[in-house]
Amino acid sequence: MSEAAERTDRTTAASGQLASGWRQYLRAIAALVRKDIAAEVRSWELVGAMLVFSLLVILLFNFALELQVQLRSEITSGVLWVTLTFAGTLGLNRAMASERERNSLDGLLLTPVDRSALYFGKTLANWLFMLLVAAIVLPLFGLLYSTNLVSPGLLLVVLMGTAGYAAVGTLLATMAIQTRTRDILLPILLFPVVLPALIAAVKASDGYLQGLPPDAIRPWLNLLVAFDVIFVAVAMMLYDSVVQE
Amino acid sequence: MKPMPAGLRVLTGLTVVLFGLALYMVFVYAPREVVMGEVQRVFYFHVAAGWVGALAFLVVAIAGIIYLTRGGRRWDHVAVASVEIGVVFTLINIASGSIWARPIWNTWWTWDPRLVTATVMELVYIAYLMLRQGIEDPDRRAKLGAVYGIVGFISVPMTFLSIRLLRTIHPVVIGSGDPTAEGAFDMTPRMLQAFLFSLLTFTFVYASLLWHRLRLQSLADRVEELKLRVLSA
Repeated sequence: MSEAAERTDRTTAASGQLASGWRQYLRAIAALVRKDIAAEVRSWELVGAMLVFSLLVILLFNFALELQVQLRSEITSGVLWVTLTFAGTLGLNRAMASERERNSLDGLLLTPVDRSALYFGKTLANWLFMLLVAAIVLPLFGLLYSTNLVSPGLLLVVLMGTAGYAAVGTLLATMAIQTRTRDILLPILLFPVVLPALIAAVKASDGYLQGLPPDAIRPWLNLLVAFDVIFVAVAMMLYDSVVQE
Repeated sequence: MKPMPAGLRVLTGLTVVLFGLALYMVFVYAPREVVMGEVQRVFYFHVAAGWVGALAFLVVAIAGIIYLTRGGRRWDHVAVASVEIGVVFTLINIASGSIWARPIWNTWWTWDPRLVTATVMELVYIAYLMLRQGIEDPDRRAKLGAVYGIVGFISVPMTFLSIRLLRTIHPVVIGSGDPTAEGAFDMTPRMLQAFLFSLLTFTFVYASLLWHRLRLQSLADRVEELKLRVLSA
């Protein structure tokens, strides 16, 4: 065979290997997400707990803050995001705890996939569950307070905010579950770190609810995107060090 | 017991001398500020303590990265020592800031970017220590500590930026400032000298405390070693 043809053959083979490597990676992530969804659908323990908890928190806030109609619009986004933050902690804790109980993490570690695939699989699953809870809480919240919360802008903020939360939360939950204090430690580790995302999400949500011009909201959205990108990258790189042998 | 290395002895002595000088500069050399009076002198050590807190945080992150990439238990010891020092100095920073704020802003606290960032930094430090406390295995402890140090370090500037997007009343002494910020002042050359000298002194304090703490750690390790030897004999 001519040299050029040989080189082309090798490049095609290499890129084919690269492509199949990618496909394997994505397939591994998909399998992990499917596993978590399957486990959840059987019991609904995560989403169920998060949902009930969210409703209770909203109820508590109603009495704690004595929400009057005028004031409501100003703190609606705050109450919403505090609710999601607390409920998210529950979900993350439970997700990692059930892994530990079933000792399934050991099995996962033996599979021939990159540890970052484990991270993405877990994070995507956690994100999905948070979104499911948000999908129910948002219209319900709107119903209870007679405000329309299902708007495209707000949905975008919820998507990005929960993504960042899940990205950092999954990493930190994996760490917290290995300590003596376990569940209690996750909020202590997570809340200071997730604060930028929380602030940006609250401000952006507030902007959309108040109908502010896009220019006022954009810096917050930018901050949210930056947070998500940075922390997904960092967590992905650090996940290997965190997972227990 | 291993004697203190000569370098550490020199450093400690030098730090004490510098601190004495710094006290002189802050209380005698620097002039009395026109508007705020004597309470402005808090500023010199307040910012220096904040600087040490931030420096300690940076060292934690760097030590964490080195530990994860190259290994070496020593880097974990550096990280822990740095966190312990950072916790104390950030607390000093917040407390002294509060003391300064009361007469000037007529409040002990505001929710302005710098204050919140300092608080968040303090909370990350404390969370770091709580994380370590809950882990038995020293290798695991070092690894997870390193990871959290890095994650925390990245999030703190982001917190600052996010709150900065809101208005601030914290004085911006160095750099362009918001004209509505209360308590801002221009520094005369003497004040600037006292300020920079305070920064230098506190950096020396940090370095000597760090070295002392590392020495303490190695002595503690030696004690553990001896304990095991006695118990197994």
